Amino acid sequence: MKAFLILEDGTVFEGTSIGSTKDMISEIVFNTSMTGYLEVLTDPSYAGQAVVMTYPLIGNYGITPDMESKKAWPDGYIVRELSRVPSNFRCTGTIQDFLKEQDIPGISGVDTRALTKILREKGTMNGMITTNENYNLEEILPKLHAYKVGDVVSKVTCSEKYVLEGNGPKVALMDFGAKNNIAKSLNERGCEVTVYPAGTSAEEIISSSPDGIMLSNGPGDPADCTSIIKEVKKLYESDIPIFAICLGHQLMALANGAKTYKLKYGHRGGNHPVKDLSTNRVYISSQNHGYAVDAESMDEKIAVNAFENVNDKTNEGLSYVGKNIFTVQFHPEACPGPQDSGYLFDRFMNMMGGTK
Amino acid sequence: MPRNHDIKKVLVIGSGPIIIGQAAEFDYAGTQACRSLKEEGLEVVLLNSNPATIMTDKDIADRVYIEPLTVEVVEQLILKERPDSVLPTLGGQAGLNLAMEMEEAGFFKENDVRLIGTTAETIKKAEDRLEFKATMEKIGEPVAASLVVENVEDGVKFAEEIGYPVVLRPAYTLGGSGGGIANNIEELEEILANGLRLSRVGQVLVERCIAGWKEIEYEVMRDGNGNCITVCNMENIDPVGVHTGDSIVVAPSQTLGDKEYQMLRTSALNIISELNITGGCNVQYALHPDTFEYCVIEVNPRVSRSSALASKATGYPIAKVAAKIALGYTLDEIQNAVTKKTYASFEPMLDYCVVKLPRLPFDKFISAKRTLTTQMKATGEVMSICDNFEGALMKAIRSLEQHVDSLMSYDFTALSKEEILDKLEIVDDRRIWLIAEALRKGITYEQIHAITKIDKWFIDKIAIIVEMEEALKTQELTAELLKEAKRIEFPDNVIARLTGKSEAEIHDLRHEHGIVAAYKMVDTCAAEFAAETPYYYSVFGSENEVIETKGKKKVLVLGSGPIRIGQGIEFDFCSVHCTWAFSKEGYETIIVNNNPETVSTDFDIADKLYFEPLTPEDVKSIVDLEKPDGAVVQFGGQTAIKLTEALMKMGVPILGTSAENVDAAEDRELFDEILAKCGIPRPKGDTVYTAKEAKEVANRLGYPVLVRPSYVLGGQGMQIAISDHDIDEFIGIINRIAQDHPILVDKYLVGKEIEVDAVCDGEDILIPGIMEHIERAGIHSGDSISVYPAQSISEVTKRKIEEYTKRLARALHVIGMINIQFIVCGEDVYVIEVNPRSSRTVPYISKVTGIPIVPLATKVIIGHKIKELGYTPGLQKEADYIAIKMPVFSFEKIRGADISLGPEMKSTGECLGIASTFNEALYKAFLGAGINLPKYKNMIMTVRDEDKVEATEIGRRFEALGYRIFATRGTAEALKEGGVKAIPINKIEQESPNLMDLILGHEIDLVIDTPPQGADRAKDGFLIRRNAIETGVNVLTALDTAKALVTSLENTDIRQLTLIDIATIDNR
Repeated sequence: MKAFLILEDGTVFEGTSIGSTKDMISEIVFNTSMTGYLEVLTDPSYAGQAVVMTYPLIGNYGITPDMESKKAWPDGYIVRELSRVPSNFRCTGTIQDFLKEQDIPGISGVDTRALTKILREKGTMNGMITTNENYNLEEILPKLHAYKVGDVVSKVTCSEKYVLEGNGPKVALMDFGAKNNIAKSLNERGCEVTVYPAGTSAEEIISSSPDGIMLSNGPGDPADCTSIIKEVKKLYESDIPIFAICLGHQLMALANGAKTYKLKYGHRGGNHPVKDLSTNRVYISSQNHGYAVDAESMDEKIAVNAFENVNDKTNEGLSYVGKNIFTVQFHPEACPGPQDSGYLFDRFMNMMGGTK
Repeated sequence: MPRNHDIKKVLVIGSGPIIIGQAAEFDYAGTQACRSLKEEGLEVVLLNSNPATIMTDKDIADRVYIEPLTVEVVEQLILKERPDSVLPTLGGQAGLNLAMEMEEAGFFKENDVRLIGTTAETIKKAEDRLEFKATMEKIGEPVAASLVVENVEDGVKFAEEIGYPVVLRPAYTLGGSGGGIANNIEELEEILANGLRLSRVGQVLVERCIAGWKEIEYEVMRDGNGNCITVCNMENIDPVGVHTGDSIVVAPSQTLGDKEYQMLRTSALNIISELNITGGCNVQYALHPDTFEYCVIEVNPRVSRSSALASKATGYPIAKVAAKIALGYTLDEIQNAVTKKTYASFEPMLDYCVVKLPRLPFDKFISAKRTLTTQMKATGEVMSICDNFEGALMKAIRSLEQHVDSLMSYDFTALSKEEILDKLEIVDDRRIWLIAEALRKGITYEQIHAITKIDKWFIDKIAIIVEMEEALKTQELTAELLKEAKRIEFPDNVIARLTGKSEAEIHDLRHEHGIVAAYKMVDTCAAEFAAETPYYYSVFGSENEVIETKGKKKVLVLGSGPIRIGQGIEFDFCSVHCTWAFSKEGYETIIVNNNPETVSTDFDIADKLYFEPLTPEDVKSIVDLEKPDGAVVQFGGQTAIKLTEALMKMGVPILGTSAENVDAAEDRELFDEILAKCGIPRPKGDTVYTAKEAKEVANRLGYPVLVRPSYVLGGQGMQIAISDHDIDEFIGIINRIAQDHPILVDKYLVGKEIEVDAVCDGEDILIPGIMEHIERAGIHSGDSISVYPAQSISEVTKRKIEEYTKRLARALHVIGMINIQFIVCGEDVYVIEVNPRSSRTVPYISKVTGIPIVPLATKVIIGHKIKELGYTPGLQKEADYIAIKMPVFSFEKIRGADISLGPEMKSTGECLGIASTFNEALYKAFLGAGINLPKYKNMIMTVRDEDKVEATEIGRRFEALGYRIFATRGTAEALKEGGVKAIPINKIEQESPNLMDLILGHEIDLVIDTPPQGADRAKDGFLIRRNAIETGVNVLTALDTAKALVTSLENTDIRQLTLIDIATIDNR
């Protein structure tokens, strides 16, 4: 079946329908990872967005147990080509079936490079995937303009708290749309990880007396999360060590008076160099964010730049003055992507007093 | 960390002659690194014995020494030039071994010279099997169970412990030379004994066999601050067991999930960190196909063939960055020259698929075993880029220059299912074609995978291609079907064949439906950033990114494709210099080529680079878009010449000599007319089409005769026939290599072979010099030792050669380059071959005369006259030096190849000996070729009857040098009659002790074996020659070569070589 991708600027790409055949409007973003399509599909940070994979051959190793959450989150999936026969010793199915099961509409056969260039030049924009050959641009384009990703954190967070047992430090993980490997990385280091829904109050967390608090990644515009930001501010004021990733990093910055802004087309991929400003070492990181913290807007007395993107010099991490708090924009938990910055979990462990 | 300003003058060591396992990739890496060093204001001293390279050019380095790569030479050079640093990681294994040897001897320290880039300690840790294993164990990186042995006994014991099969890897050898897989004790003993001898340190690793596992490589970079990145990973379609140089390789890996990908990436970074590498490094893995278990196979702490491939596959210039790191820069300080927005500490992301195919030499070595093993056999490779795997594979296939254009090109249709299943067990160069046939016959993916261990994903891709063949054969050719066929890169001619239409019909149908090639950019970043580097590949069914540039005059330079015997790196030298010359003249330059190892496919050589197959259709798509003002074909060897006619049909003017005149040199009748008109004699001969006609001509002329196809490359298919029987056999072979052109039969003349390259502007000619071959006519010019200036011809003859060259160049209306081969008998001069194009000898003669022939020819092509370029027309005055070009062979790598020299070219590379005397030049040339004698002063002679008188004379000279001569009965008698002591020895087929025992006894310096002429030449003595070569003994099959060698040995007292800086030669 034919499918169409209609962009906010009126560009239309024709391709073949994959997955669900429902019409879907979302924000179109691209990811440059060459492996890890399943981790991308199951990363809750993509809620409200359709992902374009710039690598043209997707689905080569099929569906494996490497899910970063229970389900797939993107509102759309845009690829050049899906592999007809997947091959991997852990493969349990094809990506074609997976997209159908997960009811994700998608389109294949798209010149993803041309699409990526449009997004790069004009910035991230909204779009719609449809299988309706008789689509009417005049009707659709206003809808595309009007679309907002909106409050997606509440959609992706867990409904109830749960615990991953461990003998080490107790960590409270705020789930704003956490990837599994965050909890797993801590759990593997011995931590007992309690995962809390995003709406949990700071009081509840603090009263559980955790040894550390982890603020997770998540989808959407951080500035929209006003009530969460208030709670994060309270967590900041407690003296509990905090480590935050991605959305968590942005929320902590917002809670402390800094501003965030939308990047033209975001950073999504597994090849971004970030420099640890305390050592001048550069690490290749996994990234997935459309917003960034405006480091200039942060009061230097509260937090200082800890990491910076080597390419565009955007902020990649903050270290809070006089506090056991550090936050990063990139993803030390990898999955997909390079594991080079996994040492940050060890740093967090040390802040919590070691493995006990 | 900014750059270290203590480094001011750097010695860069190149890799020497092109041999299998060490080819053009090191010229590419070295050239890029030298340019990178010079851009930092450093003084670069270059040492490489290979005159065909671009790196040995005065444009690339400040001081250029084309001298043998020996410890003595490096020592002397360091004392002469006093560099403060040596960069050893760019010259392949040869350069690295040399530097290590000197470091171990303490020479660098004594002379205040430091090794920059990766340290000696690191190199040792990575290269020494024991240290490597200990290091891997220390950081918990798994390696296959293995033991380093120094004798056969220990190897057998260990193999029994871990069980057969076992893999054998000699330490410090090139391209896995001497290695292999042993399935039982007999094989183990044979391979191990051989490997121990070939290893520089007498060590061989005996290892658990992990054949069948996935073979994955990572190219990684690390700087002095500990920052590391991976440039690219690559997956070998052929699992472990086939040398990666002979494997079909795809980038990035296709069948690895993120878990496997990151697991190996992290491992690679851990390894280079532990080894403390500063620069580029290659890590090879074996990954179990059904678990996460993996083994580190090896680490190369230097640039390599794989790093060249990774650079071209990603656009990331590994050698350039490695050079900057050697100077102290960190990755985040080095700008990405492609995007100019990102830095070298950025991992390239591909949004396309790259396929590399090896170019194997079995078309040259018909008798050789085609089996692929851990011993590399490929002479070169091609790479292709597409947005799908099938397309990349199809493009790579037609880039091979091997008369293949699809998965139907090798015909296995006659084989039954069972026969195919049996044949699949044998791993050879035609395996993917056989798999295609297996799929056509309904053999399942599972069965194919069970035998070949090739991942099902790749088998399915082959199946998609096979299904398309079937669809084209059986279905109506709709626009949809055509579009899909083009998306996976079926060439028009193949579609035409399958659909029963003409190629023109397919072409027109495509254009009618707008199915045309589009071009995408290789930008290192999957379009995330706007890049400025115009490096393109084609796809179908996508938007075109290339903007047709206007303003400047635009020239298309056609490259020479994969390196193969007969068409080597020389043609890349010519293409690159031609491009630079056009650029200087204000032209916009476009290069089309498909060889990832070369300088011409570096992203900053031409204004635009199209990484594409060199077929008429692929070139036409570029022409349609770029509309060049002209094309140059005379610098890209036969590959480019073959495109002349097609280019003319496209309406592209051929710059320089016109196509009709190229034809006139190849068309026998036209050419005879021209020779007659010019009053130039040539050996009598005729053009024929069948064996019957050939025999008639041969009998009329009288045997021996030379038989060859027209439009030959490196003498392919050329043979000397001495009987009707030979003619039948040779014509059969010629027809097998698919010749559409007629066959030439000429009287074979015995005389001195002379060669000239000349530039002609339509009126005047310029001959930089006359070269004379040491071997008499009958041995291919590329395999002959070539001497400049010619030593044994008279002034009258020289003038005659000059005059003939002038007449011929004018008569053929040559504008640009011409290469002519003459035979001189007494004072008679005959023309045997004319090539109205650049030749193999052009880089060599340019360098030793100081005359930049390619830029000159390019200027002439543009319209300048020789006189206005500051040269006096005619034969230039002779240089003050004697320069000898020595062919270098890779026979030990090709099992079963016949090594006897003849009219068909067999050498893979060359080296130079340059000195003020003939004897020193000859000595240097032999030294450069690795013939470092005497050692044991034992030799074997076995010569054909007609050579016996001459052989006696040679024997006498060897005897005088103290050599003990063993000879087969007939030869021994002849020697004795001539008063030379000879020890008679049984022939190989006679009882022991015989020749074979002698050879295997390892105390023989040299075998002189001249086989009879004719079809039997390959058979007689074949075993002696093969065994000698495989045990590392020098074998000479021409008495002229033997004479040259003995002359050189008589002059070995020239210990203090005089080193000559080529950059100072200016013969104007």
